[in-house]
Amino acid sequence: MKYKVFYYCNFLLVFRTLKLRKNLIKWVKYKELWQRGSRFIRVTPRSGLCHLAALKGGLRFQVSAALKEGHVTPTELCQRCLSLIKSTKFLNAYITVAEETALKQAEESEKRYRRGQPLGVLDGIPIAVKDNFNTAGIETTCASNMLKGYISPYNATVVQKLLDQGAVLLGKTNLDEFAMGSGSTDGVFGPVRNPWSYSRQYKEKSVPKSCSEDEESNWVITGGSSGGSAAAVSSFTCFAALGSDTGGSTRNPAAHCGVVGLKPTYGLISRHGLIPLVNSMDVPGILTRCVDDAAVVLGSLAGHDPKDSTTIQDNFKPFELPNLTDVSKLSIGIPKEYHAPGLSSEILALWSKAADLFKNAGAKVVEVSLPHTRYSIVCYHVLCTAEVASNMARFDGLEYGHRSDMNKSTESMYAATRREGFNEVVRGRILSGNYFLLKQNYENYFIKAQKVRRLIANDFVKVFGSGVDILLTPTTLSDALPYMEFIKEDNRTRSAQDDVLTQAANMAGLPAINVPTGLSERGLPVGLQFIGRSFQEKQLLTVAKWFEKQVKFPMIQLEVKRHYHGAFQHQKSAFFS
Amino acid sequence: QKATVEVLDHLEHLALVDFRDAEGVERLQKAIQFAEQLHEVNTDGVEPMDSVLEDRCLYLREDDVTEGNCTNELLKNAREKVEEYFVAPPGNIPLPKLEERETFLQGS
Repeated sequence: MKYKVFYYCNFLLVFRTLKLRKNLIKWVKYKELWQRGSRFIRVTPRSGLCHLAALKGGLRFQVSAALKEGHVTPTELCQRCLSLIKSTKFLNAYITVAEETALKQAEESEKRYRRGQPLGVLDGIPIAVKDNFNTAGIETTCASNMLKGYISPYNATVVQKLLDQGAVLLGKTNLDEFAMGSGSTDGVFGPVRNPWSYSRQYKEKSVPKSCSEDEESNWVITGGSSGGSAAAVSSFTCFAALGSDTGGSTRNPAAHCGVVGLKPTYGLISRHGLIPLVNSMDVPGILTRCVDDAAVVLGSLAGHDPKDSTTIQDNFKPFELPNLTDVSKLSIGIPKEYHAPGLSSEILALWSKAADLFKNAGAKVVEVSLPHTRYSIVCYHVLCTAEVASNMARFDGLEYGHRSDMNKSTESMYAATRREGFNEVVRGRILSGNYFLLKQNYENYFIKAQKVRRLIANDFVKVFGSGVDILLTPTTLSDALPYMEFIKEDNRTRSAQDDVLTQAANMAGLPAINVPTGLSERGLPVGLQFIGRSFQEKQLLTVAKWFEKQVKFPMIQLEVKRHYHGAFQHQKSAFFS
Repeated sequence: QKATVEVLDHLEHLALVDFRDAEGVERLQKAIQFAEQLHEVNTDGVEPMDSVLEDRCLYLREDDVTEGNCTNELLKNAREKVEEYFVAPPGNIPLPKLEERETFLQGS
């Protein structure tokens, strides 16, 4: 068995893998090695951070192994994560933190570990769930006034599956209202801040205007709409999070927050319990710190669900990712249309470097063409608003959610409820959608968009049919924007700009993954996207894992100041590495 | 093509959502303009695509009742209820016309 032991040297992180024989691995030995290493850390072992930090390599196998060996208990892990959530409250990543239920779940998990009967790799692992998934007994708001105070009577299938595996649900994360947006800035609970705004890497590169005010005004967005989930994973408050992906809502924040964001094939994971945005394109998304973890979570979530008739009935077998060493049999496609206007030169350079990486490793790298790419965002705009107009019709205040006091007639009550409950983004989309569905416009807009969708999907079929295995594209046009700059344009414009590269995969229902690749000049993460064939997640994740190993994305060095109370009361500043 | 006031009024009736201000109307006009780009694409002979899973057969399940009996849970979230009923205000009363409604469109 291989165990990785981390040695810290001031601010550098040096990995060394020690092969220890099974019979030498005892708790005492582990502690000795740990204490030797901890001499170099600025953080006192008492705070437990270094302990958590050691487990933060991202590899859940490490955490699971640690839980199994008894080096850390699920309750400890849960408590650490909860206190971390408290100290990173300024990120506004969580809407609801389910403390009591989480601790209860952790205790149950601990009992199972003591009996030697954990439910699986996910037993005791803290996770977070985006707030548009229904969770029984926990408030589900979709960051909207319409559902404030709504306590779901049931668990979404994906949530239930995770809980059945023993995962500990820490809370619900923040998002754009009803998952409409690309910045996680438009929810009623406020915008989510990117943890990288508070990282040493960003601070070193940013020009401080004045010592005290720059942090408050300089923070960058997380991207959206699963920004809260991405921020939660990126700031180490949980080991995996669920998001949803309709136009890039999982991959976009994953790229901006430097985490792995997987959008599975449409029909692989159940959408039962996910409050729908666009029924034909929504999928639950998975956010984790490394590709292996994403494969583990995918393994526990995928499969047919009788409650969701859009899930395929094929048998899904969870897989373990092989360690790819030979990429010479791979064919990587580089779609030239993804060199979209507005793509930053840094990302372009990174993209070329990645292509060269594959070429030098022996893979076949070809330029391909997806001619209808630039229409995908327009097509999405029409189809999305049309489906939104239909899906939002269920919010009338009668059976659940906000209800207005207007009582003159049913229609006026509905109108007043929806006036009060929805913000302007949602209302705008509903009205646009209704416009495109009017009898006089149906053929020209809605049906036309559906035809264009087929053209886009066919583009992909053609490219994959010509022998290409995986497509490599950038995920976003640039690194994360500062909040003050982002809000200068309205939600629709921003979505149209930011979803350009991620949208087409949703149109065609293909799996796609964002792998954090490097840091931009401003010290912010940038990711690249891999798009695979339908239902070929294993191949996609294998290639992504190989790529991840090659690029060695740096870990965030989160700096949390002393006045944010929590676990770091003893030291001036805590360095997470 | 700009949407006329009649169309906007019709949309408000259909959607039961209002254009709060000029910005709302402007947003719709821009959305329509943005969608105009679709007409540049030649889609002769192309069938509309409803779902990416169109090649698979939708299945039927047995007509057995497997869920239900959850009246209490479902009623918990409703604000106004009487015994096992959701209470709604009187129906069959249409939304007031544009002239009588208090809506932003009145001014345009």
